[in-house]
Amino acid sequence: MTTTTVVEAWTEQPLVRFVGQSSARIVVVMTPAGQVLAQHGFTRAVDLMSAAALGAAIMASSGALAQQVGESTFGALYHAGQRHGIHLAACNTPRGRLIVLTVFGRETSIGLVQVFFEEFVIALRQAAPVEEPRGPVLPADFENELNSSLATLFRR
Amino acid sequence: MSEALSRSLDRISRVRGVRGSLFVAADDGLAVAQLLMEGVNGKTVAAFAASLTRKVSGAAGATGAGRVRFVQMQCEDGTLLVALAGELLVVALADAGVNIGLARLEMMRAAETAL
Repeated sequence: MTTTTVVEAWTEQPLVRFVGQSSARIVVVMTPAGQVLAQHGFTRAVDLMSAAALGAAIMASSGALAQQVGESTFGALYHAGQRHGIHLAACNTPRGRLIVLTVFGRETSIGLVQVFFEEFVIALRQAAPVEEPRGPVLPADFENELNSSLATLFRR
Repeated sequence: MSEALSRSLDRISRVRGVRGSLFVAADDGLAVAQLLMEGVNGKTVAAFAASLTRKVSGAAGATGAGRVRFVQMQCEDGTLLVALAGELLVVALADAGVNIGLARLEMMRAAETAL
């Protein structure tokens, strides 16, 4: 059974709607550092953390590449496979910059995912709380925060 | 946009009532070439036309009707027409009162050009 789980409650409604409209199989909403805010489709924490880390790394490296060719950033990345496609894009919200990784199958198309992604971004911007300035992150806090996020996402 | 595709879109768009025409990649639902009136969202039309065609093709296959060649979706306020051209779709968005026969003729010609 596929599940939708969220760390930050404001992401849930836009995410559920996006998944329903686009027929995406997997969606991960994360910060540029790879911290997961919400996800749909993963059942194992290790898979989710790997996907988030890879997605954030791809965005970081493509952003660096964009700057080298004189672009401020690339809009979105799309990879087409035999059975799955991947759409990876960033958006600015009051909560800060977010990255959305979407994996979809043959039952939908990149065209539909793009169309509904635009609506998803608008919904995220409307729902997002304003980001509060954060203090320095200590190693112990980081571990606690990570464990707490994983526990919330996988209801442990 | 290649010259031949551009000419085809121009011919379709000259049919009275047509608000826009596009060549769309059937698998991706992305517009390859388009000629649209202001206010027509090409991205959305392309994505939904490809999705509709995929579903109609599935239904045609399941009922033994064979390969789909043309799709006509008549709505209260407009008409969506799709002609299949291999990996491409020829899509037209038109007013409800458009001359379907004429639009279809131009779209089938465009499909032959694209093949």
